[in-house]
Amino acid sequence: MQQESFANRFTPDCRWQITPAELVASGHMGCPGCGASLSLRHALKVLGPETVVVMPACCWAIIAGGQPTTALGVPLLHTPFAVAAAAATGTRQALLAQGREEVTVLAWAGDGGTFDIGLQSISGAVERGEDIIYVCYDNEAYMNTGIQQSSATPPGTWTTTTPSGKDFKYAKKDILGIVRAHNPAYLASATIAYPEDFYAKFEKARETRGFRFLHVLAACPSGWKIDSDKSLEVTRMAVDSGVFPLLEMNLDGTLVETVRPAKTIPVANYLKAQGRFRRMTTEEIALWQTGVEQKRLTNKA
Amino acid sequence: MQQEAILLGSEAIAHGVRLCRPEVISAYPITPQTHIIETLSEMVDSGELDSRFIRVESEMSAIAVMLGSVSAGSRSFTASSSQGLAMMHELLHWYAGARLPLVLVNSNRALGAPWNIWCDQSDSFSQRDTGWLQLYCETSQEALDTIIIAYRASELLMLPIMVMIDGFILSHTMERLLIPDQEMVDSYLPPYQAPYRLDPENPLTFGAAAQPDLFYELKKHLAGTMAEAGELLAACEEEFEQHFGRRYGAVMSGVEGDRQSPLAIVCCGALTGTVRVAVEELCQEGVAVDLVRLRRFRPFPGAELAAALKNKQEVIVLNRAVSYGAGGTLSQETRAALYHLPERPRVYDVVISLGGREVFPSTIKKIVRERAALSPVTGNWLD
Repeated sequence: MQQESFANRFTPDCRWQITPAELVASGHMGCPGCGASLSLRHALKVLGPETVVVMPACCWAIIAGGQPTTALGVPLLHTPFAVAAAAATGTRQALLAQGREEVTVLAWAGDGGTFDIGLQSISGAVERGEDIIYVCYDNEAYMNTGIQQSSATPPGTWTTTTPSGKDFKYAKKDILGIVRAHNPAYLASATIAYPEDFYAKFEKARETRGFRFLHVLAACPSGWKIDSDKSLEVTRMAVDSGVFPLLEMNLDGTLVETVRPAKTIPVANYLKAQGRFRRMTTEEIALWQTGVEQKRLTNKA
Repeated sequence: MQQEAILLGSEAIAHGVRLCRPEVISAYPITPQTHIIETLSEMVDSGELDSRFIRVESEMSAIAVMLGSVSAGSRSFTASSSQGLAMMHELLHWYAGARLPLVLVNSNRALGAPWNIWCDQSDSFSQRDTGWLQLYCETSQEALDTIIIAYRASELLMLPIMVMIDGFILSHTMERLLIPDQEMVDSYLPPYQAPYRLDPENPLTFGAAAQPDLFYELKKHLAGTMAEAGELLAACEEEFEQHFGRRYGAVMSGVEGDRQSPLAIVCCGALTGTVRVAVEELCQEGVAVDLVRLRRFRPFPGAELAAALKNKQEVIVLNRAVSYGAGGTLSQETRAALYHLPERPRVYDVVISLGGREVFPSTIKKIVRERAALSPVTGNWLD
């Protein structure tokens, strides 16, 4: 069924069809090259107008626009920082109580609201098997407040709270591993830099019932110190170098790599394309390369 | 019809909630609130109550579930206490600012450190600036009735209401009371019709950032609604009396007190029961004392309180919560309400009990008889 729906998006001459209907309006507050803006635009193209978005404090809380404007063509509930998954729970349960099962509830949160302050409410929602889609768009720092380190920031990264980038005592949290340990109904990583994969995963999430989690890497040109026209290119490099593998959870709970680039590139290429990794030494980059290769061995192709 | 029953205070509340037919219930357990949610989950489990009971991992999530469910248009319920209510604090502000109706029951309990599970009012008085209405009950019957009144008022005002009972003193004691039947409650409380809700047919954004001028305007509107809330609540209480035969008010005088006495005691919550005994005995012993109970704390019934106290020379305020460095919370509010009077009574700020410290009628009688030793300026603590 899911395979079929993926194939159906191609016309007989193999051109890929994306619905022209927009649920994210132009004129939103996103920065040029913002990966988060592009990601929600396409996520909503898949999920469609019968969707309610629940959003904690994050870049998107600003991107969506201030009163009396809104960039979204679907209902949007803003919530305090820590509770997106809980507010999405309440929304979904009320809709179920009213017999409106057809409505999809999407929690859309940044890495701070997921890896850090929102982790507890996510844990509760997955454990209860709440019927919601939770998406973390991960730009790897508190970008909205001015690029502070989060537990999604890779070690060695420059941020305003890791100014020298010398702190290697921490490691980016394995958010997929954390959520997977709670037995979600669906789990995947994706990025709009690989749109076919992104669409296929959001379609699977839409067709699955229960708690569905997507980890979406989303470039932030101002935080990553890249030109805004490079945001997709650099995000693609994250996948091609193995830093951000595109994964999906099998029914048996194992992770499968859904896109394995024909030719992998060195991690150094990905890091050197961004100003935030400028101070990393050759040894530190080599260490990262080894880590990526070891991690790759654990994921099935 | 109303059925007579003997119930724990917490069970009485659960019946009040059941009769209001909430579609979503979410809570996190904390002593002494637990019997409320245990009883409700049994009701949901047995099918007596058609509701979704969501067991969350924290109080912050419990109130956040309400944010989602009520925004989506479903009547909802939660209950908490003490540390749990404190953990909700951020969401309490957000919730009132979002102009959503809700009834939350708080079983009053002290806040640590040190750990203490017993009754005082510092948990809910600490939430006085959040934009919620606050009602304090003296009996379990009153608590059951207040739930029903509160849903009616909350949904008319589009503001949340916190209903307080004294932890253990009401929550864990049996009382003979009347449970109204469903038909009676249905005729008083219509189903919740959200004026706006999360609906893909009419996509709206809730809670988006507001620039300073708009923010100020929205908060002014909230204050305006709060200023009119007392009148609306009184109308709901009057209507309740017509349906159920029981009457409540913002400021309630005890029948035991002497209305003409130049001395009055002001108190709040189930402590009033003990004060009633003390006042009755004092009056019999020739010491005339009036008794004034605050049932409503937000919006503060300043005019009603001033009317009840304007001819008094002395007012003893019995506090079970303190704003450290400023004095008893109830005393501060009482003093502020009396300030505009041409002749103000002396107000004695007495911290009578914190963390469940036992209060006997003799404790109160001693305070009254020895009030010459009380300071009308600084706070008075017991030995």
